[in-house]
Amino acid sequence: MKFFALVFSNLKRRKLRTILTLLSIFVAFLLFGFLCAIKEAFLAGVSIAGADRLIVRHKVSLIQPLPQSYEAKIEALPGVDAVAALTWFGGIYQDPKDFIATFPVDPDKYLDMYPEIVVAPDVLTKWKQTRNGAIVGKTTFDRFAKSQGWKIGDRIPFTSPIWGQPEGQAQWEFEIVGVYTAGKKGADDTSFIFRYDYFEEARAPERKGTIGWFGVRVKDAAQAAEVASRIDAQFANSPHETKAEAEGAFAAGFASQVGDIGRIVAGVVGAVFFTILLVAGNTMGQSVRERTEEIGVLKAMGYPNGLVLTLVLLESCLLALLGGLSGLGLAWLVTLGGSPVPQMLPVFVIPHRDLALGGVFALGLGLLAGAIPAIQAMRLQIAVALRKLG
Amino acid sequence: MSTESLIQIKNVSRTFRRGAEEIHVLSGLNLEVKAGEFLALMGPSGSGKSTLLNLIGGLDRADQGSVQIGGDRIDQLNDRQLAAWRARHVGFVFQFYNLMPALNAARNVELPLLLTHISKRERMAHVEIALGGVGLSHRLTHYPRTLSGGEQQRVGIARAIVTDPTLLLCDEPTGDLDRKSGDEILSLLQTLNREHGKTIVMVTHDPHASARASRTVHLDKGQLSTEAPA
Repeated sequence: MKFFALVFSNLKRRKLRTILTLLSIFVAFLLFGFLCAIKEAFLAGVSIAGADRLIVRHKVSLIQPLPQSYEAKIEALPGVDAVAALTWFGGIYQDPKDFIATFPVDPDKYLDMYPEIVVAPDVLTKWKQTRNGAIVGKTTFDRFAKSQGWKIGDRIPFTSPIWGQPEGQAQWEFEIVGVYTAGKKGADDTSFIFRYDYFEEARAPERKGTIGWFGVRVKDAAQAAEVASRIDAQFANSPHETKAEAEGAFAAGFASQVGDIGRIVAGVVGAVFFTILLVAGNTMGQSVRERTEEIGVLKAMGYPNGLVLTLVLLESCLLALLGGLSGLGLAWLVTLGGSPVPQMLPVFVIPHRDLALGGVFALGLGLLAGAIPAIQAMRLQIAVALRKLG
Repeated sequence: MSTESLIQIKNVSRTFRRGAEEIHVLSGLNLEVKAGEFLALMGPSGSGKSTLLNLIGGLDRADQGSVQIGGDRIDQLNDRQLAAWRARHVGFVFQFYNLMPALNAARNVELPLLLTHISKRERMAHVEIALGGVGLSHRLTHYPRTLSGGEQQRVGIARAIVTDPTLLLCDEPTGDLDRKSGDEILSLLQTLNREHGKTIVMVTHDPHASARASRTVHLDKGQLSTEAPA
């Protein structure tokens, strides 16, 4: 700590250069934070996936429906603990830009399968009593309460480009019976969930009796692969063959439809950090070159080579950590305010591991950017450095 | 003045290479400086004055010969030992002051003390004494750019003496100053030598400066040419 004033004073020498370098690092780490949040938004399903849960979908594609009658057959298979059917509804409230992830479900089975969806008992009771009742994720409810004045008890009109109009009505109409919250960090709290029996009654006759996919909980997570094989074998050579897979693998596969998010993020972050490394390295190189005589003077006073190396590295790390942690901090503060585009990125948080990784990257950037100037300063011969005087 | 030798240089040679050319800066040079002496090293440019000062201060290494300072054979110390030796025994005063521009006077003077294990309060006490000793008690928080050349050199001297070193090595300490400021610096060095017993070796081109020393030696082509007691 006693050398802090010396280290910090060197950053103050060329204020404009230091500020510009700090800003470059700041922006790079702000971008890193946002990219981590975006990656998390795509991969949230993977990280919160239950190890004991499977997804069973049509073997051809997720958009191909499965017979609802499969539910009982799957439930009867050995190793299966519970089954819940889900269907993608694709709800739009008034304007296509107000798209909301909407699913018809059996309330009891759904909430049993996904305990991370937290619903108050009185809300659940009301939901069961209301045929067209729906529960809304807190983030979405708050968003529309603010922009459209949604309240509990409101009747909300929806359209669905997939399911068209309900029988005898111009549009789907749901009564908001309450709000659900995410009981686990990273769990979705942006969906609109209504009852399957209402959906089944109201949709076109030729499309009745089908669902999108099944969530299946196995009795023993260690037997999940075996149960998945058993389910697929059950429906092999039928008109609707299935593909059962772990929930995490399903979520990863779903996210990969957009692209390999992790690799895209790593590529962008890598390119940005490489550029910042050059910027910070150049700053440190210039800074040390300008101080050749001063480093010579410090060594003449008795500063050993190792200490000179450490001081330059400390300066470089201080620069990188100041810029990096500020950028990460601002990104974190922004994510605390929720997703700026909740309809596209319902989950928008920077996981703690990515914050820690950002800190490690900032430190690594400081060490790498300062390495060459620090080694040069360490090797600098005093007599050579002082010959530059006068 | 003590009659004990503080500096004993025996048969020292130093050669530099410039491309294929070898430049013999010092050739078999012998020199003794007694503790408490104020020695002026004079000579034309390229005569080896600064090289000799660097060897005495442990900033450079001789190709041959021995350099013994106060009983330590510094030519036999490794880099780390030599750095520790300099921190304990030598204070340097440079022609262009070489203060850290982003540190104020007190912080500049504190720099050598950062290598010691004394507390911050003790460091500040030493700094105030050193700056008081050079007449700059009122300039503790001033940055080098706000000080005159003479004041900057005083800060440089305070930095050199703050650890109470055995030996003060001054490389043209008045070379960048006007006559009045130069005289003040020389008087200060004389005071440090006479009243505080500091052994001083000063490189200078200026006969006026060398006249303040207790002894002057002249170097020419890497050899001592004459010795002149003050």
